[in-house]
Amino acid sequence: MTALEVWTPVCALTALIPGRGVAALLAHGEQVAIFLTADGTVHALSNVDPFSGAAVLSRGLVGDLGGVPVVASPMHKQHFDLTTGSCVDDPAVSVAVYPVRIEDGTILVGGP
Amino acid sequence: MRTLVVAGNGPVGHRLVESLREKDLTGEWRVAVFAEESRPAYDRVALTSYVDTWDPVALQLDGATYDGDDLVDLHLGDPVVSIDREARQVLTRGGACVDYDALVLATGSYPFVPPVPGHDLPGCHVYRTIEDLDAIRASVRAAAEKAGQGRRAALVVGGGLLGLEAAKALRDMGLSPHVVELAPRLMPLQVDDGGGGLLRMLIERLDVTVHPGTGTQSIEADRGRLLAKLGNGTELDVDLVVFSAGVRPRDELARTAGLAVGQRGGVAVGTDCVTSDPDIYAIGECACVDGTVYGLVAPGNAMAEVVADRLLGGQATFASGDTSTKLKLLGVDVASFGDAHASTEGALEVVFNDAVAGTYKKLVVSDDAKTLLGGVLVGDAAQYPLLRPLVGRDLPGDPAAMIAPSGGAAAVGIGALPDEAQVCSCNAVTKGAINGAITEGCTDVPGLKACTKAGTTCGSCVPMLKQLLSAAGVEQSNALCEHFPQKRAELFEILRSTGIHTFSELVSRYGTGSGCDICKPAVASMLASLGNGHVLDGEQAALQDTNDHFLANIQRNGTYSVVPRIPGGEITPEKLMVIAQVAQDFGLYTKITGGQRIDLFGATVDQLPEIWRRLVDAGFESGHAYGKALRTVKSCVGDTWCRYGVQDSVRLAIELELRYRGLRAPHKIKSAVSGCARECAEARSKDFGVIATEHGWNLYVGGNGGFTPRHAELFVSDVTTEELFRYIDRFLMFYVRTADRLQRTAAWVESLDGGIDHLRAVIVDDSLGICEDLDAAMAKHVESYADEWAGVLDDPAKLARFTSFVNAPGTPDPTISFREERGQPVPLGMPTAVTR
Ligand code: SRM
Ligand SMILES: Cc1cc2nc3c(=O)[nH]c(=O)nc-3n(C[C@H](O)[C@H](O)[C@H](O)COP(=O)(O)OP(=O)(O)OC[C@H]3O[C@@H](n4cnc5c(N)ncnc54)[C@H](O)[C@@H]3O)c2cc1C
Ligand code: SF4
Ligand code: FES
Repeated sequence: MTALEVWTPVCALTALIPGRGVAALLAHGEQVAIFLTADGTVHALSNVDPFSGAAVLSRGLVGDLGGVPVVASPMHKQHFDLTTGSCVDDPAVSVAVYPVRIEDGTILVGGP
Repeated sequence: MRTLVVAGNGPVGHRLVESLREKDLTGEWRVAVFAEESRPAYDRVALTSYVDTWDPVALQLDGATYDGDDLVDLHLGDPVVSIDREARQVLTRGGACVDYDALVLATGSYPFVPPVPGHDLPGCHVYRTIEDLDAIRASVRAAAEKAGQGRRAALVVGGGLLGLEAAKALRDMGLSPHVVELAPRLMPLQVDDGGGGLLRMLIERLDVTVHPGTGTQSIEADRGRLLAKLGNGTELDVDLVVFSAGVRPRDELARTAGLAVGQRGGVAVGTDCVTSDPDIYAIGECACVDGTVYGLVAPGNAMAEVVADRLLGGQATFASGDTSTKLKLLGVDVASFGDAHASTEGALEVVFNDAVAGTYKKLVVSDDAKTLLGGVLVGDAAQYPLLRPLVGRDLPGDPAAMIAPSGGAAAVGIGALPDEAQVCSCNAVTKGAINGAITEGCTDVPGLKACTKAGTTCGSCVPMLKQLLSAAGVEQSNALCEHFPQKRAELFEILRSTGIHTFSELVSRYGTGSGCDICKPAVASMLASLGNGHVLDGEQAALQDTNDHFLANIQRNGTYSVVPRIPGGEITPEKLMVIAQVAQDFGLYTKITGGQRIDLFGATVDQLPEIWRRLVDAGFESGHAYGKALRTVKSCVGDTWCRYGVQDSVRLAIELELRYRGLRAPHKIKSAVSGCARECAEARSKDFGVIATEHGWNLYVGGNGGFTPRHAELFVSDVTTEELFRYIDRFLMFYVRTADRLQRTAAWVESLDGGIDHLRAVIVDDSLGICEDLDAAMAKHVESYADEWAGVLDDPAKLARFTSFVNAPGTPDPTISFREERGQPVPLGMPTAVTR
């Protein structure tokens, strides 16, 4: 292991409702959007919508497109793959994906 | 290269040029078009719709400017004034002297004005060009500005097709039209006495007064208005007069050039459209083909095709013109086809006259009742597209059964039509040609329009195009999204009949996958319309679009706007002060909206509940600016203050806004109420608009501004407040149940088979038997309404969601910052945005 692993506890798993997200603030002011999908999986992406520059992805609707879990940006509805961060509508654009762990019912987000 | 000169740039002249340029692949002809009018060819058939937009460009025909075609020169505002046949030259008013190898006269008609004394007074008009309508509008405005009591009125001289169109236009401009017709019935050329009687009844219901069997004797200027005296002694005070007493072919060029003309005018031509000079053709309304002048566009277009073919060496001839017509006059369907007056030897008539339903149907058949000869339909012309192509052919069944009130439509199916039957008469497109295009890959109506031209003129054949597509097995997908194969209306019925009230159950039983940003908010909206409690209750919270989820509109920097409801735009100074104080305390940008209320911008997610606490305490409630729901009911000041007002528009607007607030719908709903016909509240640009009359209210439906503006159409007139509520209740509920996702009422009304007439039948006559149900649903909505924001403030679980960060409640979003502009905060530029 070469890099130092940093995990930030953000909230209880029960704070999330399936199909929606919340935002969390990491050290250094980074913002992550954390989503719970209908099948119970938790995903974390950068909260900043790369198209508008606004920190709003956590407020998007979660669903699937052709089976791929996605969030739709609340600003102009571009879809981001929750597992890879890549934009479904414009593959040249993507957002950072953060590792997630759940311990004792608490969600932890790892530094990239 | 040879030169073709075309005199006249009406629809028919344009069709000729278009067709020639399409067929003349080697560029044999150069074309010089001389037009008297100053604008490129426009759709005269649709002239009356100009009143909806006052946008001349909307009427322009496709390709009318010949942009990018070097072989066509269009000279606008420069009519041909004489023809020198010896020299084969025309002279134009602008002084151009042009040699021709062939000359086509497409000069159309002029309106006939009977020599009634006073016919040339100011305020007397004709009805043929865009300029005529502009002049009528100027008269209407001048009349509206004059002080005086009562509704403005107009006299239309002539109760034929054009006269009724003119009456419609005048009515849409807010006047009460009177129509005077010499013949004992309206539209004497197209309909018979029975049909004319019903037509009169239907039209008089719409505030148009008909004076049949009499003429106009004189028109006099009288105290700033016009006094019209009719032959039967009636005297009418009117503000303007429109003559539509028939048209006369414009054959003056031909006469002075010594060409043969028909007995009652018109440039004489044979079925080859050639005049008495072999180098000169005549087409359209100015031509008299073997003794007949056709006053319709379809035969004119057919002549244009003949000449285009002949100029390129073809031998096409004009087959006798089809004078069938189908029109919607003041919302009343009228169709007449073939031998409508049963003038064929031995012809039999089969008539169904249903005064209660407001329909009159007549078929004219051969003496053995086997062959269809013609017919008249008034009130309901849905069968016209199927019946007209059958003229001259064997009937598929018993003629009476075909038009009988029940089951008639089923008797004549599209399958009964032979391939050579013309489905689109305006453009002479046969069923075979359309099926051919479908086989070659056309999959929808726009595609068929583009490759066959069918449906591009009067549009009455469009329902047939749809039927042909489905008969050919072309699926037109109505699926809501990839997760639901149903369309919205079907899902609504599923939810209503099964009582399912969660998305998860719906998607597992009737859809696939986990849903998306299309189906989830759509289902959330339907659940809300069906009264499923607070929009953020339980699983519903996860379905809402971001604006509904935070009960506010997201802005470009991730902040939100706050719009409290201000019903009818009426607000006390005290409440204004509360808004001002809140804006100041939270540093919000403040703006008066276009919907007569106040928008406060720049609130962060965590500020929303604090702001709303203050507003709710002061008696405000959610304005649903974020929802696909009722927005505002705008109002003018009305008769409380305004010297012209005839009803209390503010009171009604407030009542309407409070009645329908919170109603979730396929798209947003806007409304307005004006206190008189001056229409200061712009009610006709709304989903439903109300205009006060001296006797009650006129209700207009299906209007909007936005991307595709459309004026609302008159739905009912002079109704009481109680009737008004009843009709609006049903209109809204029927819309909520049956429209597509994100379909405004305008598009929805247009999409209904039978349009506004169908809607009127459902809502006023209860033709589907659902009114009781619609009324009950609205009553339930009104009763169960509760303010959404108050609901959030009372519920800690809902309040908890209004935080910027789960792990740091209260910390402001560091990416949001403001700069000042004109003394108020506005978002600072967004640094990391991807630019595309
Ligand atoms: C605030 C306001 C502009 C203003 O400052 O005057 C406004 C602002 C917005 N309009 Fe509007 N419209 C506003 C009056 C209008 C009007 C005029 C009117 O209502 O009299 C129209 C044309 C009339 C109509 O709708 O028929 C109008 C036609 C639209 C449209 C196009 C609708 C269409 O059918 O084509 C949209 C887009 C949409 O809804 O999909 C839109 C969408 C929007 C949205 C919601 C865009 C968005 O999703 O962020 C804007 C956000 C408002 C906010 O954050 O509060 N707005 N918008 C007006 C709010 C009125 C109110 O008090 O509720
Ligand atoms: C309100 C209204 C509604 C109608 N509704 C229907 C309908 O529902 N169905 C239907 O089939 N028909 C309808 N018609 C009739 C239809 O519009 C005409 O049949 C059609 O316009 C005829 O086309 P045209 O090109 O022959 O003549 P026009 O449209 O009259 O065009 C002739 C043009 O030539 C110009 N012109 C005249 N003299 C000269 C000259 N010397 N040099 C250069 N230019 C000249 C004129 O200014 C005009 O622009 C309607 C007409 C009106 C007014
Ligand atoms: S619409 Fe209203 S404000 Fe305008 S003139 Fe009429 S009553 Fe007065
Ligand atoms: S019949 Fe008029 S457009 Fe087809």
